[in-house]
Amino acid sequence: MTDMTTKPAPSARQVKRQTRNRMLAEFWFYFSENRGAVIGLFVILALVVVAIFAPFFAPHEPTQQYRDALLFPPAWQDGGSWEFILGTDAVGRDILSRLIFGARFSLFIGVVVVGLALLGGVSIGLIAGYFRGPVDTVIMRLMDVILAFPSLLLALVMVAVLGPGLLNAMIAIAIVLQPHFVRLTRASVLNELNREYVISARVAGASPFYLMTRTILPNCLGPVIVQATLSFSNAILDAAALGFLGMGAQPPTPEWGTMLAEAREFILRAWWVVTFPGLAILITVLAINLMGDGLRDALDPKLKRT
Amino acid sequence: MSKPVVFGQNLSRYYEVSGGVFKKPGLVKALDGASFTLEPGKTLAVVGESGCGKSTLARLVSMIEPPSGGTLEIDGKPAVVGSVEHRKTVQIVFQNPFGSLNPRHKVGTILEEPLRLNTDMDAQARRKRAEETMERVGLRLEHYERYPHMFSGGQRQRIAIARALMLNPRVLVLDEPVSALDLSIQAQVLNLLADLQDELGLAYMFISHDLSVVKHIANEVMVMYLGKVVEAGKTTDLFEKPRHPYTAALLSATPKADPAKKSHRIMLTGELPSPLNPPKGCAFNPRCAYATEECRRSAPKLEAVGVTQVACFHPLG
Amino acid sequence: MALLNIQNLSVDFKTAGGLFRAVDSVDIACERGEILSIVGESGSGKSVSMLALMGLLPWTAQITADKMEFDGKDLGRMSRRERRKIIGKDISMIFQEPISSLNPCFTVGFQIGEVLKLHLGMDRATRRKRSIELLDLVGIPAPETRLSAFPHQLSGGMNQRVMIAMALAGDPKLLIADEPTTALDVTIQAQILELLVSLQREKQMALILITHDMGVVAETAERVQVQYAGQRVEEQPVLDLFEAPHHPYTSALLAALPERAVGRKLPSIPGVVPGQFDRPTGCLFAPRCSFVKPDCHKGVKRQPAELGHALCNHPIASSGSKTSAAGGAA
Repeated sequence: MTDMTTKPAPSARQVKRQTRNRMLAEFWFYFSENRGAVIGLFVILALVVVAIFAPFFAPHEPTQQYRDALLFPPAWQDGGSWEFILGTDAVGRDILSRLIFGARFSLFIGVVVVGLALLGGVSIGLIAGYFRGPVDTVIMRLMDVILAFPSLLLALVMVAVLGPGLLNAMIAIAIVLQPHFVRLTRASVLNELNREYVISARVAGASPFYLMTRTILPNCLGPVIVQATLSFSNAILDAAALGFLGMGAQPPTPEWGTMLAEAREFILRAWWVVTFPGLAILITVLAINLMGDGLRDALDPKLKRT
Repeated sequence: MSKPVVFGQNLSRYYEVSGGVFKKPGLVKALDGASFTLEPGKTLAVVGESGCGKSTLARLVSMIEPPSGGTLEIDGKPAVVGSVEHRKTVQIVFQNPFGSLNPRHKVGTILEEPLRLNTDMDAQARRKRAEETMERVGLRLEHYERYPHMFSGGQRQRIAIARALMLNPRVLVLDEPVSALDLSIQAQVLNLLADLQDELGLAYMFISHDLSVVKHIANEVMVMYLGKVVEAGKTTDLFEKPRHPYTAALLSATPKADPAKKSHRIMLTGELPSPLNPPKGCAFNPRCAYATEECRRSAPKLEAVGVTQVACFHPLG
Repeated sequence: MALLNIQNLSVDFKTAGGLFRAVDSVDIACERGEILSIVGESGSGKSVSMLALMGLLPWTAQITADKMEFDGKDLGRMSRRERRKIIGKDISMIFQEPISSLNPCFTVGFQIGEVLKLHLGMDRATRRKRSIELLDLVGIPAPETRLSAFPHQLSGGMNQRVMIAMALAGDPKLLIADEPTTALDVTIQAQILELLVSLQREKQMALILITHDMGVVAETAERVQVQYAGQRVEEQPVLDLFEAPHHPYTSALLAALPERAVGRKLPSIPGVVPGQFDRPTGCLFAPRCSFVKPDCHKGVKRQPAELGHALCNHPIASSGSKTSAAGGAA
């Protein structure tokens, strides 16, 4: 009557390792179907390495001003020097070094903003989806109000109230991004709430808190993770925009958006001061979005199957 | 006759349905006055088609939702919704083994959950109990560390049964436990259920639409149609000589795996009526070949006719 | 000549863990006006082989066949365009879930009309007339008014009737019904089966009924093909199959039917159907078979027609001697 196979029983630890390996293999199979996603992943990995070891990669200090090398063009142009590969800005700082250190800020902004938005959004969404009724209505209408504002404008207003600065900009962006997480979490909670395993846990006597955190939440995380990667790039973009408008990171911080803002007046004279920070933002955001698409492909069909 | 564990009288469950802005809210009588007893070591089967209220009955008995009317007693005392006492007596196994196990929890976690929530056993004692139960339902010990998606349907149903057994209940509500399983696996699970009943003296409430399974496993049968019990009695009596025209039609509509005996089917015309808008009088009258004016006017009560109880004005010979 | 003649059909799916063989060298032949039933448990490849014929499998599937002939034409060598002319007209198919098989955005009348327009090029007035005829044919009361109904306004049984009407629109020579009654209630199932059989007789079309329900097989089919783990393990006329199954799997499956049980315990088949990673060598049923011999693990051979084409080295010769023991070792 029991299901018997002739193979010797593997130990628990072996099984655990096998399980993890097989899940990883399956994940990688679906992820690697999407070539763009793999490229995105490698670009991001490279960025992370560069950001962590910035002092090793950067040829100069990011805030060091070379008074005799103002607005040097990139090395391959006439008048350029191999000492400043991507040229220098108006006060003689090496652009390459600033970009490399800027990667730290961008990734930091992404992590903090997404972390804040994720934490707040998922908890609120969980509460709204689980309790339904008036609680749900109040929360969702509030989120609708936030979503009704153009996101950058709202962030701008909030920074204006809180005062300019990188930290306040990050808080503002997190609040703007939060409703997306709330809606997504709520939708998956509603979806899971009537599944039989949730009813089983209720029959077993689980309290609402237990049900929300232990039973339902782990099953809602797939789409939220995907949304988180996509928000990561939004956060970087918004922070850059705030920086450009002078409301985010303040000079001389080598943040990409702030760099763009400082270079505004030289756009016509020295193309490289605006192009390279812009390209850095473009490549990072593109890489993250590509990887997010791949993640969605890899995680979503899997969720449908279970 | 042994003392009943669970006794339900006149249990009903009504749902209010909003019919849109301009319509009056409707009342759906998902279950309308069902009475039954569950005895240790015995199986009561509840059969009927979709919308007959059999799953609602299962939810009431396992206290997933409270009844709108009627009484539910455990050991002669009224049941309290959500009490630990009730949970320790009645547990439920669902139809779909792919939906009833949390996909993100390991088998061990799933099995120990009822213990963690309802007892003060320590981790070691819980694990021991989980392993005992796994052995009892025919799972291997190394399955403890695995996730549900690594199992086949039959094994998942074993896990679900094991979870239901963790609190040592005396009653199992089985809501279509083998409907989602393949034939060869279905036999394994039915045998397991029979073994468990013999060993532990469990009372089963077996919800099913498959009459051949019911005939095999049940001691008593309750046939339901549109929220009402239309016939109830001993399995042998009821299958031998159905009194209610609906029971007779249901029996003859069930395909028999015997091509040599092509029986003449009683064809029911028409569809199942919507529970939102049930027919007047006897709910079965629009599809019944024996319906008279009386059937269209008033609803018959469940009364003893011969050895079974039938709710029909014109019970069959 | 058989209407449908498929020889040595195999279907492989590309998955994360490599190729998965869903259908393994299956032959299917169906005569004109015959009811063939393909019976098997989940994972037996019974639906996949028919979906392969219809060209409805996803791109991850690799289909190989020696022959795929329908009505004398080789479907395997046809261009997609030519094939589309046959599929949906001469061969049509109905599925398990009638509600999800119909498009919820369009009325029943529109959806039937679409088939008529695509395959028969009828004009609007004839389409309407023919749609009403078809709905009437499948026993839908008041067909004129039902034309403007949306699928969600009809019950499951009614939707399945609409699906059958759509399938019949092109006067098919072959109708494939994939678990047509599994999602329906027992009394409705009886109605739909009755309808399918009477239509089959009336139109003299061939019907391939894919099911897992032995009761449905016994009551409707003329010839039965049993599949296990992607292979055809036995094929017999329905009476003989139920009387004297030759393959141990068929025999054990029949013994596991609750209605055939004698005691409280059912004779069950131990173990589960092999999956992608634990496919045995030799006979695929060997690990679960109670008559297994050492040579079963090495290879397996096909028996002649007298022994039900059983894919088994040691087929059960007559019904009396061995069936009672089949699968009994629980």
